[in-house]
Amino acid sequence: MVGNQVERQKILDIRNLRIELKGRRERLAVVDGVSLSVSQGETLGIVGESGCGKSVLSLSMLGLLPKAMEINGGEIWYGEREDEAQPLHLLKPKELRKIRGREVAMVFQDPMSSLNNSLTIGYQVTEGLRLHLGYSRQEAAAQAIELFRKVGLARPEKLLKEYPHQLSGGMRQRVMIAIAIACNPGLLIADEPTTALDVTIQAQILEVMRQIRDQDGTSIVLISHDLGLIAEMCDRIAVMYAGRIVEEGSVADIFDRPRHPYTIGLLNSIPSPSHKGHRLHSIPGAVPALHERSVGCNFAPRCQYAMECCRIEQPKLSPVGFGHTTSCFLVVEEGVRKGDNRNTADRAEGTGEVLYETSVAAEGTGAASR
Amino acid sequence: MLRAVDGVSVSIRKGETLGLVGESGCGKSTLGQITARLLEPTGGGLFYKGEDIAGSGSRNQQDLRRRIQYVFQDPFTSLNPRFKIGRLLEEPLKLNRLGKAAERWSKVSDMLESIGLDESYRNRYAHELSGGQRQRIGIARALMLNPEFLVLDEPVSALDVSVQAQVLNLLKDLQQELSLTYLFISHDLNVVHYMSDRVAVMYLGKIVEIGEMEEVYAHPLHPYTQALVSSIPAERAAQKRERIVLQGDLPDPSAIPSGCAFRTRCMHAHDRCFSETPTLADVREGHAVSCHLWSEESYSVNEIKEVRTASL
Repeated sequence: MVGNQVERQKILDIRNLRIELKGRRERLAVVDGVSLSVSQGETLGIVGESGCGKSVLSLSMLGLLPKAMEINGGEIWYGEREDEAQPLHLLKPKELRKIRGREVAMVFQDPMSSLNNSLTIGYQVTEGLRLHLGYSRQEAAAQAIELFRKVGLARPEKLLKEYPHQLSGGMRQRVMIAIAIACNPGLLIADEPTTALDVTIQAQILEVMRQIRDQDGTSIVLISHDLGLIAEMCDRIAVMYAGRIVEEGSVADIFDRPRHPYTIGLLNSIPSPSHKGHRLHSIPGAVPALHERSVGCNFAPRCQYAMECCRIEQPKLSPVGFGHTTSCFLVVEEGVRKGDNRNTADRAEGTGEVLYETSVAAEGTGAASR
Repeated sequence: MLRAVDGVSVSIRKGETLGLVGESGCGKSTLGQITARLLEPTGGGLFYKGEDIAGSGSRNQQDLRRRIQYVFQDPFTSLNPRFKIGRLLEEPLKLNRLGKAAERWSKVSDMLESIGLDESYRNRYAHELSGGQRQRIGIARALMLNPEFLVLDEPVSALDVSVQAQVLNLLKDLQQELSLTYLFISHDLNVVHYMSDRVAVMYLGKIVEIGEMEEVYAHPLHPYTQALVSSIPAERAAQKRERIVLQGDLPDPSAIPSGCAFRTRCMHAHDRCFSETPTLADVREGHAVSCHLWSEESYSVNEIKEVRTASL
């Protein structure tokens, strides 16, 4: 694996991607100008609330968009080596089928509904091996048993002949992971892989995913609404809000020096031991629906710092530190004004604190006036 | 016969919040429904203010229903889609023949105000509201009859983080304002920790540990609780900690293991756990645990402590 090179090869490169929902009269942007990249062996977390477009984004990487949606602008490039990079957004269904499951694989959220109930576990796990890699039945079965051991499934030989309904949720999710890693893909996309599972089972699944990443150097895109899970698993985090990326950076950037008001609000609204006895910070209002999104910053209606320009123009993702970008006029303006990029990160921490204090005060008065 | 809840004894004090945590299928919702008299227990007693209310007559029951209310997990399915919000909130008053039409009208207005929604919501349908607003309506409906006690069954599990905070704040405010007592059921330990004064941990129909929230959170005694607490994601990335990863799945509730139900996944399991069922016993003042490790001389307390600090 080339994972240890100084300059790591980008395995997935998404540029200015726009995905639209085709309506009768108008077309609504579900994903709006998203750029992301994943390096070899890296784990990228995409975090956001329901309806922010994170699942649609992940489906587009596999060419699995529902019929009502289509890519309208932007590019998705995938390749383990630069000269081999393929434009996933241009490939025909037949070409995509060769990549899907072999080079890019996906673990879906709900292990209850994403396995076929009328086929044996063995069939579903070996299907990819036989189609993509041309394994014979026996070879594939032997390989499947190996895979079951790898993901920690007990009695693998018997499991081949069993059906999904005979397994528990945790076991089914392990089977899903076994299917996904069967052809040793370069990129694994996991869309809320543990949301449907209990906490103790969640811990087991994360352990399996960590092993796969460390042993095989597989790159992972982990999509979740759970900030704690993202913090534990990922190298880099992208925060999505209403179809756009509002902040991107390392785990430390996002958790210790968040700059975007939405990220700050999100972090402060998680009940954690240090919040005990205090009022939780809550972001007023709700996520705007597709047709309510504006030309300006989508967070402006819920943002207490919203300025005139926020409602008219969409802020661009701009650097606020090394590898740390955010799309907010407030933060960018401040950075430009101070004209100093070296200390931005240090100052950011202070800003975060101040934002939190004022937001609590503002909320207090809001409640009183109600 | 399957015992969803088996030999549970628990008491809730006036004005407190008792958190109830456990994995799906452990019987925490069943216990909540028994508490609110939505289910009838097969055995045992249920005392409310010193009075046995299990199997009490229907007139008595109606009075109890007024005092003990239930908030359901899923705000999408627990509100009738064909009723306007105003009617949804008025319904409990009508059923109990309380007040004249004008009084009911103003009571609904007051309630809407106290949950932070304006009068215009009266004429909307549930599908026009967001998840957080719907859950507020669910809470408001439960409060229409001025109950003393609320059973909250995963009230924020279906909500996004930012909205979850709104509902948790509302629940805290209402508790103070109306001096309510809560039974708060959740699988999310962070949420339970934030809301509760005391906590009970359930595993396969039994309570395995119960105590003051801070105490249990800081010093979990039962190996299951220890695994749960260790699985809480760290607050800051820098505090990444070692998880105790339990092996295996929750056993089938229709074939509960002999002895201690947790022994199949417990790393401290020994002979006695196979043969003898542990009972819930106080280890410290107000902190009870059901585990042989804590009732035995042979296995010293210090030894387990060492194991725990090593693995945490």
